[in-house]
Formats: sequence, structure tokens, C-alpha cells
Amino acid sequence: MANLQSHAKEQIKEIVERYKDEETPLMMILEAIQSEYGYIPLEVQEYVSSLTGIPVAEIYGVVTFYSFFSLKPKGKYVIGVCLGTACYVKGSQTVMDKFSEILGIGPGETTDDGLFTLDALRCIGACGIAPAISVNGKVYPKMTPNKVVSVIKEYHDLEGGAN
Amino acid sequence: MALVNIKIEGKAYQVESNLTVLEACRKCGYNIPSLCSFMNGRCSLASCRVCLVEVKGARGLVASCAYPVNEGMEITISSPKAVEARRTSVELILSNHHKDCLQCEKNGRCELLEVSKMVGAREGKYIGTMTPSTKDELAPSIIRDTGKCILCGRCIETCKELQGLGILGFENRGFKTIVSPAQNRSFLNSPCMQCGQCVLVCPTGALMEKSEISKVDEALKAGKYVICQVAPAVRATIAEEFGKKIGTNGTKKMIAALHRLGFYRVFDVNFGADLTIMEEGSELLERIKNKGVLPQITSCSPGWINYMEYYYSDLIPNVSTCKSPHQMQGAITKSYFAKSHDIDPKDIFVVSIMPCVAKKFEKDRPEMEVNGLRDVDAVLTTRELAKLIKRSGINWDKLPEDEEFDQDLLGQYSGAGVIFGVTGGVMEAALRTAYHELTGKEYGPIALEAVRGLAGVREATIDANGIKLKVAIASGMKNAKVLLDQIREGKSDYAFIEIMGCPGGCINGGGQPYVKPMFLPNEDDDILETYREKRASVLYSEDERQVIRQSHNNPDIIKLYKDFLGKPLSEKSEELLHTHYNGSREKYPDIKK
Amino acid sequence: MEKITSQKQLEEKIAHCSACLEKKFSGEDGKKHLVVCGGTGCLSSHSGEILEKLEQLIKDKHLEDKCTVNRVGCFGFCSQGPFVKVFPEDRLYRAVKLGDVERIIDEDVIGGKCITDLLYEDPVTHEKVERQDDINFYKKQLRIALHGCSMINPEELDEAFGYGAFQGLIKALSMSRQEVVTEVLNSGIRGRGGAGFPSGRKWQFALDQKSEEKYVVCNGDEGDPGAFMDRSILEGNPIGVIEGMMIAGYAIGASNGYFYVRAEYPIAVNRLRIAIKELEEVGLLGDNILGSGFSFRCHIRLGAGAFVCGEETALLNSIEGKRGMPRPRPPFPAVKGLWGKPTIINNVETLANIPYILREGAKKFASIGTEKSKGTKVFALGGKVNNVGLVEVPMGTTLRELIFDIGGGIPNGKKFKAIQTGGPSGGCLTEKDLDTEIDFDSLIARGSMMGSGGAIVMDEDNCMVDVAKFYMEFICDESCGKCSPCRIGTKRMLEILTKITDGHGEPSDIDDLKELAAATKANSLCALGQTSANPILSTMNNFMDEYKAHVYEHRCPAHVCKNMVTYEIDPNKCKKCSLCARNCPVSAITGDVGKVPFVINKEKCIKCGLCFTNCHFDAVMKK
Repeated sequence: MANLQSHAKEQIKEIVERYKDEETPLMMILEAIQSEYGYIPLEVQEYVSSLTGIPVAEIYGVVTFYSFFSLKPKGKYVIGVCLGTACYVKGSQTVMDKFSEILGIGPGETTDDGLFTLDALRCIGACGIAPAISVNGKVYPKMTPNKVVSVIKEYHDLEGGAN
Repeated sequence: MALVNIKIEGKAYQVESNLTVLEACRKCGYNIPSLCSFMNGRCSLASCRVCLVEVKGARGLVASCAYPVNEGMEITISSPKAVEARRTSVELILSNHHKDCLQCEKNGRCELLEVSKMVGAREGKYIGTMTPSTKDELAPSIIRDTGKCILCGRCIETCKELQGLGILGFENRGFKTIVSPAQNRSFLNSPCMQCGQCVLVCPTGALMEKSEISKVDEALKAGKYVICQVAPAVRATIAEEFGKKIGTNGTKKMIAALHRLGFYRVFDVNFGADLTIMEEGSELLERIKNKGVLPQITSCSPGWINYMEYYYSDLIPNVSTCKSPHQMQGAITKSYFAKSHDIDPKDIFVVSIMPCVAKKFEKDRPEMEVNGLRDVDAVLTTRELAKLIKRSGINWDKLPEDEEFDQDLLGQYSGAGVIFGVTGGVMEAALRTAYHELTGKEYGPIALEAVRGLAGVREATIDANGIKLKVAIASGMKNAKVLLDQIREGKSDYAFIEIMGCPGGCINGGGQPYVKPMFLPNEDDDILETYREKRASVLYSEDERQVIRQSHNNPDIIKLYKDFLGKPLSEKSEELLHTHYNGSREKYPDIKK
Repeated sequence: MEKITSQKQLEEKIAHCSACLEKKFSGEDGKKHLVVCGGTGCLSSHSGEILEKLEQLIKDKHLEDKCTVNRVGCFGFCSQGPFVKVFPEDRLYRAVKLGDVERIIDEDVIGGKCITDLLYEDPVTHEKVERQDDINFYKKQLRIALHGCSMINPEELDEAFGYGAFQGLIKALSMSRQEVVTEVLNSGIRGRGGAGFPSGRKWQFALDQKSEEKYVVCNGDEGDPGAFMDRSILEGNPIGVIEGMMIAGYAIGASNGYFYVRAEYPIAVNRLRIAIKELEEVGLLGDNILGSGFSFRCHIRLGAGAFVCGEETALLNSIEGKRGMPRPRPPFPAVKGLWGKPTIINNVETLANIPYILREGAKKFASIGTEKSKGTKVFALGGKVNNVGLVEVPMGTTLRELIFDIGGGIPNGKKFKAIQTGGPSGGCLTEKDLDTEIDFDSLIARGSMMGSGGAIVMDEDNCMVDVAKFYMEFICDESCGKCSPCRIGTKRMLEILTKITDGHGEPSDIDDLKELAAATKANSLCALGQTSANPILSTMNNFMDEYKAHVYEHRCPAHVCKNMVTYEIDPNKCKKCSLCARNCPVSAITGDVGKVPFVINKEKCIKCGLCFTNCHFDAVMKK
């Protein structure tokens, strides 16, 4: 907790305060922190524990139960490849494999430069346009392995196109 | 309670309507195996699925531990469907359990093994990847092994519901689930009080005390003066380890056994308990006299001390500065005893035999040292003592019952010391002496029934010549919290509070023998409700057996003060017998990087 | 906005808004009315920009008195999006690109002409179809749950008022609680979320409980990978679902309702938020609604990515800030649910049906569907089928109608193999089941289930063992880990399936799978575990020959399981172009351009399939 910066502490305190009238606010608190910071490390959980009285083991249990929560920071661009049934039967695994190959990371991992995180998603409800992927929430329809390169390039270009 | 008519295996029974199917079956003479449910056969989890039975009309099989009985219910335990279901659940659990049973410390007391025998699990039925075995051996008290954990959740529930702590929790999901104090780190890096109640309820070897038998072996091998001191509550339970009924007084055989284990001297920590009363009682009277911080809270329970340092460090001024009895006795052994026998205290190795795993942590605390000498060098639990005895080939049943503790300076003790092992005992012992201090007379009937009993929180008022001493007693942290919050809020009008870390006190300590699970033939149907009472009665009867009933009347204590310490709270006493607490213990030292 | 405090006031409002909307649709106001799909699928194909450009052009060309434009919810026909629909002609433009927008304005709005190249073309007759209702995909549909989707702007309260909203609530408030429950019972509606439990009975249990506080929970944790009807309903007509929840709240005596919606559905959550806020502002949520004495508030909770939270007791634990691990039942949620209080949990689609039942009467609802399954069901038709999208059909529609009439059959002339209904908890149905009338019971009788309505079509290129493995991987990943049969059983089944699809299967694996499947089904705590083996059991029932081919011959008949596939080049078909060799990541293909046909070195080949997909002449063969 000591190395949690004070403004982060203030913000977390404010989040906890925001839900103080809720009967069981833990999920809401964690969702707010996840949205704000992109991850919920143990030291933040400890701070939430000290503010709410919920044991850390319980908070950690909740954080590691739901795939929406992350213990580690995610990349600047989170690429989610839908592996829902509709996408899977239309070959989304090959799209995932292509991303893995080009980025050199597996699902759930982040590139060393912190730019990309690759996630396997369980259906984003875009079955009509399968196989679908999403990058920071933006949905790309009817993906193929060949389109993977251009998607990655799009974001590299955004970063100044150095590569 | 209203009764309902049920049928089990086609036979009619009447049972109370608030029972679960599992409880009802047990009452009617059917043992159904269970792992996730414990204590009383009801369970909020229903997760292990080894207690499945058929209930007519229910959808699918029913987890008997969580299913209430109702009028007209028809239960079948022995149908092929139910038998196979229970067996498969166990076989699946076994397929993810590291089965090094022959060397496992839990061998002989493993509930999983008993359950798999009961259901007739077949060898190697299912094989596949297993949860990796990561062992937490960092903490001095408790070892945790994920490879043996079957995720029954009993430890989690115990820590949260019984102790109000919630150190342990499930983490991750699905097959990756483990039980840990978050991020699979050590107990040592969490605000765990090390009471070991989780160890008591673990059905497998996933949670165990950290054994120190090898340390004792090494000291014996090195030719040290290995002095053994045994806590009061051990005698109330040790016989259970040799198949005796709960509530069997094992004092005499235990003494005989200890004499046969190669110790230089065999002492009773009751002596240390008497000494504690002298110091702690004097401290209390000082506080009352000088308007010091009240209420004073006892400090004998190292689990409670850990808890206090983590969660109520603002109450440090209330906590007695007395070391716990075995630490006091260790310090006296290495000073007074060593000097009298002209032994270099460096050559003395003090082994405490304790009902407690937190004592292992306590004896390692940096404060528990005088002039570079550790007060106590090793702590063995009651269970470890039993192993030591069995290992040495001693036949418990043939041990004589006419031997005594060594009568050598630290040998005598009072009945007051004996009752330290049960909740309220320290209070009673202290009041016997305080009453004498305040009135100059011994308290009338000796026994103070007002402070006895096993209720979680109790209070009493003792009138000593017009001075009214209002006292309170709590055991288990969930109960203690009630009293502690009162102090914090400035609403506590007690003079003295006794707190013990484990519910019921040391007789139910984390180092005590495991109580047999209810699915095995047990000595009594209600043993889980009565075992603490039965163990406590051993100590109260031991107290009654003593000629000396008050600490201040112990001749060896009187001699100790006369020849060595001077008087309670003297400079020498402060140096050897008192300690201080760490109010700034970090709860999660390993989070900081 | 003005507060609506009485029934009379609301009725006036509804009448006014209905007239306005009717004018828009009928063109009575002398204007064209354009609507643009604002569902997730179409938004991903830039329907947002299309809408903006339409608005811009109308402004630039001063067409405000000739044309109005609005955003609406999902059209359901997602594979053909984005959609722009023109009223009063009911003309549907599909796959509209940003570049088409100006044409729509110039040629259609100004010129009054239909732009035929933007119309849907029937894949069989190759005829252009102008009106939405004439498209086969829509012909057999009946929209009750999807009421309002693709018609009204989900973010505008007045549009909802104009399209039937709150008539059901008005009716309910004029009845006693018991009468409302009885109406729902009589409608025969069964829960749309999975098991098909009669909703009215759930309500009755909760109504019968004596408690100061009760809750209604709307289960929007649509976890079936391949189903998205709940998302589309929430995106397209959130107010309809809120109304359904309010009716439920009134019926059982609850004054608080909780929406539990997947965090992965940001648009749905946002529209729900807007709707709740609007309703609070006009006083239709809050205390003493319409002066009836009934008070109700809606709250939103986000699901955080755990399939098991679709199980109702797990969902309750999640709302309570715990790990979403199911609780043993009894006690049932209707007795002891959220925070220990009587609670009913209905899924989004179920609640979306409720306003209709009250508005139109139980009798009318019960006249739709089969004997034991009343009303309609929304299916998310996906996979290897021409018309992918969301369809709502009366119960009793056959699978054949669903796949071949509405779905337009299998693409690329491939052969239909199976349709998986019920998601990971369901099973697959085959050729022999095509004339089954779909309802809750007929699907179960045939070894599958309705589930939430996912319907994934598979063709001859899908390996059914691989499909079973896919679902088992999903379940194993999503098992909460609480009970041992599911936690360990699914893992063991997955291990065996992986072994088989890796080409290391042994005959005994089939028996082991069967045994494990039966045990997991019988022993697990919750429905997730109890149904986890269904995909294995149903693929084994229907496609045992495929399992046997894998296990006895180490052969994957559909050429899907990588380890058992080999690639070869047919020298007679090879045009020696070298495209395959250039695309091979491991240089396993050799030949001489224009001279020698190319050959794959099987030792080097990593079976990535790139040569197969890249060859223009079908010269690469999978064996």
C-alpha cells in the first residue's frame, strides 16, 4: 500500500465512497477501478480491503473469478478475438493464430512494448458478422487471417507509423 | 421441534423437521461420507458431491448435506445409482490429489482416505493433469500444499465464520481454482493470526502444522540438555491420539511417556502459568491502584496477540506485558535453573509441548530472547508429541501411571495453572490470586463457577471486600471482537478481560488432535457439540485433584521470587518475563516491491 | 420533460405519440422517414457514420421538410447490414456504404426512385426484393420479444410511447397482483433463458412469500457463445424490458429491480441507462407510479465475464459482490434470493414478452406456439447458413423452415450436417430432426435443448469431435470450480477429447468419455455442470462414426483435426504458379514455376493450411 501513489489512493477512495450506499458494492467498485486503471493489482485490492473491511482473499477471489478483471496492466490496444461458436465455426481460431504469430504473444498476453494485448473473447454478440474481433471496443466484421496484418498496421500507424 | 416422517431405505423414521438429509440419516444410523460439510452435517456449499443420495421425486441426485428433510421424504442411499455417483465424485477428487499417502503427515487421520475406502474408489480410475503442488512453508506455524487441497472450503469457512478473519479464499476459476491467502502467497505475508483452526478442519494434508520434531532430534543428538515443558491442555487430549475417548485424562501416562523420550528434565508449564498469574495479577492491581489503562487484557494466547497486532494495535496499552507461560518458564529455565545447576544456558534446549500452532510463531518472535538466549527453542503440538511417542515404540496402554513431573525447582504447580488450558481458566486463576491480594483471604469455594462455561463471550463481577471486579472472557476472535470494539468505543467498563485465540481455549487449539469426522463410527452422536466440554472437564478435575489450588501458594513460585526474582514486576521480572508488542506489523509485507 | 402522474395523462401521451409515429411511418406528414440500424453489428460496419452523413446532407440540402431520419435498434439480419430503411415504402437498403448515402438522398428522397443495387437479392431466384416483409428472412417471423426493434429509436421515450409502451403496465395496474400472476400463468409463457420453467409459477412462488422486500432480477448475462438476442432486445427496445420488469415487480410485490447485463455489451448498457433516466424524469420509475401507490426503481449491475453467472443463484452471488458460484437449492431464489429476500429472476427475452401478454391478453399469447410452449422464440441463427441473424418465430416452426426458408440454406453448395441449439449446454440435431417442430420439449426429447436460442449451423466441413472439444473447452474454462464433478470431470473429458483430436485416441477413450459424461451430468451441483456433457453425448449419438474414425483409424473425416490431416497437391490440377510455395511459412513446398508441378514435403509441413486457402485452382487437397 505504501507504494500506491497518493492521488491513486484518493481516486480509489472516491470510488469506494461513490458506492457506499450500495448493499454489496464490491463488484461495482472493482468494475470502476478496472475501467479507470485497466487493471487491479494486489496492492489496490489491499487498499480496497482496508476501506471496506472485505478480506483481501475474498477480493482477490472475486478479481480472479471474472475474466473482465485483470491483475496486470493491459496493452494500449486490447485486441479481442471472438471465439464464440458462430465465429469459431467460421474460422476465428485461424484469425487468433495469425495475431499470435504476428505479435508473438498468446491469448491473455501483452506485447513487450505494451502496445497490444491479445484476448480470447467468448462471443461479443456480433455473430451476424462472424468472425468478429474488437480492438478497444471497436468491432471489425468478417475477419480473415489476411486482414490481421492491416488491423495491426492501423494501430501501428496511429502510433506514428515508426514501424 | 416438529417431527416429520421419512423413509430411509424403505424403513420409516421420525426426525426433527429442521435436519438435513445427511443429519437425519446419521441420526437413524446411516453413515454417508462427506467432505465439504463438517461439524454438524449441514453445509452451505454442497460442493464435494460425495454425500449424494436419491430422494424420491427430486430432480437428479441430492447433496444430502444441504437438502432439508420434509414430510414423507423417501431417501435411498444404497441404490447402484447413488453408490456409483458417490464413488465417481471421490474418484474424480482423487484424480486431482497428490497421493503420496505413505509419507503424508496426515496419514491415519486423512478424511479423504477414509471416504475413498468407504465408497470403494478404484485405483487410477481417472488420470490427468493435476493442480501443481506449491508448498507454503514460510510461516513458522502452518504449511499449505495446493497439491493436496480438494477445495472443500472448510478452512475458508472456519477462518471467516469462526474467527471472523477471512485470510483464506478461493482464487482463480474452474480447474485452476486454489485456496490461498490471495495470489498463492504465504500465510506469513498475510495478516493471519496463525491459530491453526484451519488445520483442524482440513480433511487432507493440505494444511498442516510445521513440524519441529527434527529440531528436537538434532538437539538430542548434539547432547544438549533438552528440557521439555508441557502445556496444561495437552494432558486433556493426548490420550485421544492413542484411540481413547475424548475426555480421557492422559496426565499420568503422558508424564511417563515423556520420561521415556530422553529429555533431561520433564516439567509442567503449569509452573509458568502460576508465574504468569503472579506477574499478571500484580500488573492488574498496579493498574487499578495507579489508574492505569483498563481493562487489562491477557496475553497468554499467541494467536490472539497476532490478531491484536494486526487489527487492534491501538489496544496495545491494554494488553498485559506478560510473556505467555511457556516463554516465561523458558526464560527462567535458562537463567534461574541453569544457574542453580551450573549449566551453561547455551547448552540448554527448551522444548514446549503445546496444544497450539501459534506458539511456534511466538517462540520465534525477536522479543522472546534474553541476553542472546532464546526463551524456547522448539514447539511441538499435541499431535507431534503423539508421533514422537509412537515413533519411540512406546505402548501407551502399558505406560505406568505413578510417575510425576521432575521435582527440580520448576516442578510444583497449582490447580490454578492447570485450568489455563480452557477458556475462563486464566481469569479464574488470576481472580483466585487477586482476591487474596485484595482481601488477604482465599476465595471461598475456590472454584469460580461464574467465569466457567464455553459460551463465546461471558462476563462476571467478583466482590472482593467491597471492591467490585468486573471481568469478561472471550474465546475465538469473532467473539473477542465484541469486547474489543467496546474498548475502542470507550464503552468497556471491565477491569480485566481474558481472550483466547481459539474457540473454547487451548483445549480446542490448532495443535490438538483431530476430532473424528462424523461419517466414521464415532464415540457419541453429538461428539462435535460436546468434545470441548469433555476436554475442559479433564482440566477442571485435575485442578480439583491438586492440594495447592492458587498460584501464590505454589512453593516453587514462592522460592523463585525469594531466591531470584525478588517480587512480581521487579527489574529482573521485567527483563525475563515481560515483553512488548509490535504495533506496526505490516499486513502484507510482500505486496510492497 | 413533464412528469406523468396519472394514468389519464399517460394515456393522452401515448395517444399523441402514437399518432406522431404513425404519421412518420405512413408518410401522412408528407415526408420520407429514414431509419438506420444502430445495433452492434451495423455500428461496426459504420452505420453511425452513415446516420451522421444522412443528417448532414439533409441539412446541407435543406430537406428538413421532405425527410426525417432516425436511429433504430437491430434489424436482426446482421450479415446483410448496415441497413437504411425508407418509410412509407418499407424499402430496405442493405450493405449500405458511406459512399451510398448521397445516392439515397438524391435518388430516393429527392428523386423518389428505388435504388435497386442496394436491395436484397434472393440467393435462389436472384430477384431483387424491395420491401422488408417480402424478404424470405422476415416472412415467417413474428415479432413479440423483438417488438420495436428496428422500428423506434431506443433512446427516445416518445417513440416508445408511440409504439405500444406502457399499455401493458396500465393494464397490470388496474388488476390485483394475483390477477397479473394468473394472467402470466395463463399465457403459458416459459422462461426464455434456458430450462423453460413456467414464468408464472416462479412469480406465484414469489408472490406467496411474505416479505417486506422482494426483488426482480433481469438476467442479461447472455453467455451462450453464439446467442445475442438479449443484447439486441436491450439495444433495440430497452423500455419494453423495463416495462416487463415493472409488471413483474408489481405482480410479486417488489419495489426494486436489478438488471444484470454483460459488461461486454456497452451499447445495451448505455441505452438501458438512458431509458431508466428518462423514465425517472417523467416519474414512471420512482415512488407512487401514476398515482397507483406502486413504487419501483431499476438498477444496473454489470456482469464481469463469467458464463456461469447465467445460472440464477450464481448471478445472485455476483450481484452480492461474491464469486459467481452457484448455491445449492433449496432454498430457491423465489423463497430466499438476493440478499436473502424472495427474488424472481427472468431473462431479458422473457421480460420483453410480458408487456405483450398484458397488453394483448394471455389468450392471444397462448394462441401462438405449440401445446406446451407458447408464444415465439428468438433464435440467433449463425454458422454455416446463408442468412445469419436474429429471427423470431412462433414455437412450432420446424428446423427446416428455420435453416432453409429463413436461413436460406447452406452457403457454397455444401451439405448440411448439424445444427447446435442450446449453446454449450445443448446438443446437435441432424438431418433426421429437420422436420421437428421446435419447442422446449421436442428439443429435449431429441437430445438437445432450447437454451437461450443459439442455433449454429454446421456443414460437412465441420468435425463433430472438434465441435464437442470446442464446447468442452468452453465449459472447462467457464466452470466455476466449486463442485468437484464439474471442475475435474470437464477437465478429464477435455483431456480425452484433446487426445482424440490430436490423433492419439484409443478405443477405450470412447467408453471413458461416456462414463465421465454420465457422471458429470448426474453429480454436478448446477445446470452448467449437469449439462456440460450434452455436446459430447449428442455428437456421440449422432456421429459415432466420426469418433470411431478418429479413434480406430486416426482419421478426421472432415479434415479439421490438424494432426490427422495431410496436404497434397494434385499434379494434374497444379498450374505451377508457385503461389502456394510463396505463401508457405516453412518452405515445405517445392517445384519449378511453369515447369514442374509443386510438391509438399510432408516432413516439413506444419499443416497451417495456407497453401490450401491460397490456391486458386483447388489443386491442394486435404486428406
